[in-house]
Amino acid sequence: MLKHFISLEWKSFFRSASFKVNLVLKIFMIIGAFFMLLYAVGIGIGAYFIIEEFVDPNPLKVINKYLIFYLAVDLVIRYFLQKMPIVNIKPLLYLPLQKNQIVSFGINKTIISFFNILHGFFFIPFSIVLILKGGHEFVNVLGWHLALLGLFFCNNFINIFVNSKDVVFYSIIGILITLGGLIYYDIFDITVYSAPIFQAFFDRPYLAIIPLVLAFVLYKMAFSYFRKNFYLDAGLAKKVDIAETDNMSWLDRFGSVSTFLKNDIKLIKRNKRSKTTVIMSVVFIFYGLLFFTGAVEVYDGPFWRVFAGIFISGGFLFSFGQFVPSWDSAYYPLMMSQNIRYKEYLESKWYLMVIATIASTLLASFYLYFGWQAYAAVVVGAIYNIGVNSHVVLWGGAYIKTPIDLTSNKKAFGDKKAFNVKTLLLTIPKLVLPMIIYAVGHFIQGEMLGFVLVAVFGLFGFLFKNKVFEIIEKIYKAEKYKTLAAYKQNN
Amino acid sequence: MITTTNLSKSYNGVTVLNIENLDIPKGQSFGLVGNNGAGKTTYFSLLLDLIQPTTGHIKNNNVLVSESEDWKPFTSAFIDETFLIGYLTAEEYFYFIGELRGQNKQEVDAILAQFEDFFHGEILKQKKYLRDLSKGNQKKAGIVAALIGNPEVIILDEPFANLDPTTQIRLKGIIKDLAKTQGVTVLVSSHDLLHVTDVCERIVVLEKGEVIKDLATSEATLKELEAHFSGVTES
Repeated sequence: MLKHFISLEWKSFFRSASFKVNLVLKIFMIIGAFFMLLYAVGIGIGAYFIIEEFVDPNPLKVINKYLIFYLAVDLVIRYFLQKMPIVNIKPLLYLPLQKNQIVSFGINKTIISFFNILHGFFFIPFSIVLILKGGHEFVNVLGWHLALLGLFFCNNFINIFVNSKDVVFYSIIGILITLGGLIYYDIFDITVYSAPIFQAFFDRPYLAIIPLVLAFVLYKMAFSYFRKNFYLDAGLAKKVDIAETDNMSWLDRFGSVSTFLKNDIKLIKRNKRSKTTVIMSVVFIFYGLLFFTGAVEVYDGPFWRVFAGIFISGGFLFSFGQFVPSWDSAYYPLMMSQNIRYKEYLESKWYLMVIATIASTLLASFYLYFGWQAYAAVVVGAIYNIGVNSHVVLWGGAYIKTPIDLTSNKKAFGDKKAFNVKTLLLTIPKLVLPMIIYAVGHFIQGEMLGFVLVAVFGLFGFLFKNKVFEIIEKIYKAEKYKTLAAYKQNN
Repeated sequence: MITTTNLSKSYNGVTVLNIENLDIPKGQSFGLVGNNGAGKTTYFSLLLDLIQPTTGHIKNNNVLVSESEDWKPFTSAFIDETFLIGYLTAEEYFYFIGELRGQNKQEVDAILAQFEDFFHGEILKQKKYLRDLSKGNQKKAGIVAALIGNPEVIILDEPFANLDPTTQIRLKGIIKDLAKTQGVTVLVSSHDLLHVTDVCERIVVLEKGEVIKDLATSEATLKELEAHFSGVTES
């Protein structure tokens, strides 16, 4: 039976539309993953010596202190990047398969995920060094190690729940930020309470049984949750929304573009996937806090300001823009057989991104608190985003042929993230260039010239809008048949 | 109105459609029948330039569909649910299509008013998005949207499937009226021989991508088609 499931998964993976298109990206991702593992091993071995040398003679104590955040960040990263087991359940429902088997296969699949193995590459070498170099007892280290193993699997199963409930996720993020802030301002230090817990696993190795049992309980809970909702009218049911009609006549001032603009705003408002994108862009506004508060030392260099500025103002631009025209994938044949003016279609998406960028910039005005340079970076970043990145993003999007399932709740285990590894990779060129431009100005004269240069580049890019739109239009026409075929194949 | 010349479509060397010559004059109600895989939807997709022909071409009102987009303003279609925008209500969808086809709200409302009994009170003012309507009701909305904006060519793929009997009868009335009194060229495909003979002046039978019968509908047509298809299934 397991053999059948595995072959189904194998086929669905290798026969998916996105796999062929993104083979090059896949290779890059594999190389990236390989280096991450290499680094993890390196850090795992090196961490002990680095901490011993520079921070504290007892590295285990330091690690224990920050483990709580390590675990929390792990959960957040999983939420974004770890794909949930996509077992296409509906066709399996009325086959002579035991429901338990289907559910447990879906959950078991997550256990062997990269996100679990990755930690092994850090903690196994670290534990070995602890024994060999640190002179700690084998049994103690083993207990501590197993306890952590249990905790990571807890995260794994928690993520299965959280993945279908955005509320849980945002509360975790909220708690994380609050706790971090409280420590930073010396008000309340959670690590004072959490560190002894992790220390206890070391001191009394038999306690490791607790997280392991906890992981097992969470596994059972995840199992029974999906088992119980394994019906077409329960967990697998489509949620029916109560429709609201909105004429949005205030958008008529945009003229002929308003037809599409109204549609796009409805698209964002009424679909789960696009709503996630909007919330993501709000989170991006606060991303700059890491840079301007000096919370993270590596980010203290002046060029990082521009990096932050681009991200703060451009969260929506990046996460929405790169999936134009995939947002319309569900009804692309309609669009292609209707009398559509590509320019207006693109312009509507462009207006949306511009409006969102300006709104983010206004919302981010609190960065003035960190000095004029901080906010100048945001404003300059916004100009660059509108002038250059909006075009680059739309241009790149024309090649992305991943159909988007707007109503992700169709699939109980569905992969629903508008934000994935591919996205991150594509973002790099849009960020590096402005940093270089700023650096040039910064070294010639100073920060003022740096900011001005980036802004000038942004304004300059603005001039190419029509040209770029023409190019994109050509791509759309040239790729039309391929795009239609790819969108048809919605996994 | 629609001229098909040497049209063929193959996938990996397998020919799925091969039509040497097919002329559909203006104002004709044209029916396409054939078993699954006969090439009906492929032909319609080529007509709408959703796929590329391997050889040959289609001219719609003297516009080469694979080269120019000028056929779009006077052609409309409903092929499947990919022609619906799931997150809109039916009204919003109609207005959106209307705007693309140069019709304002009042004009769209006037068209919709004609279809009140066709909708049977289940489409308009429903507080439901199209994605949450039943398959049959989605189809109704899609068909009516294809009638907005005074198109000269209307293409409907399997319009009778999924519809309830009452609606099927009403739809037949609508299609007949379009061709007879308004001079619209209507292309319909169907598996239901009775409906097709009822509605269409001319019926073309496709088999494995080739035209094997081209009939002007008469009393005897239904019998002939039934005889043909029972032969097909037996062999």
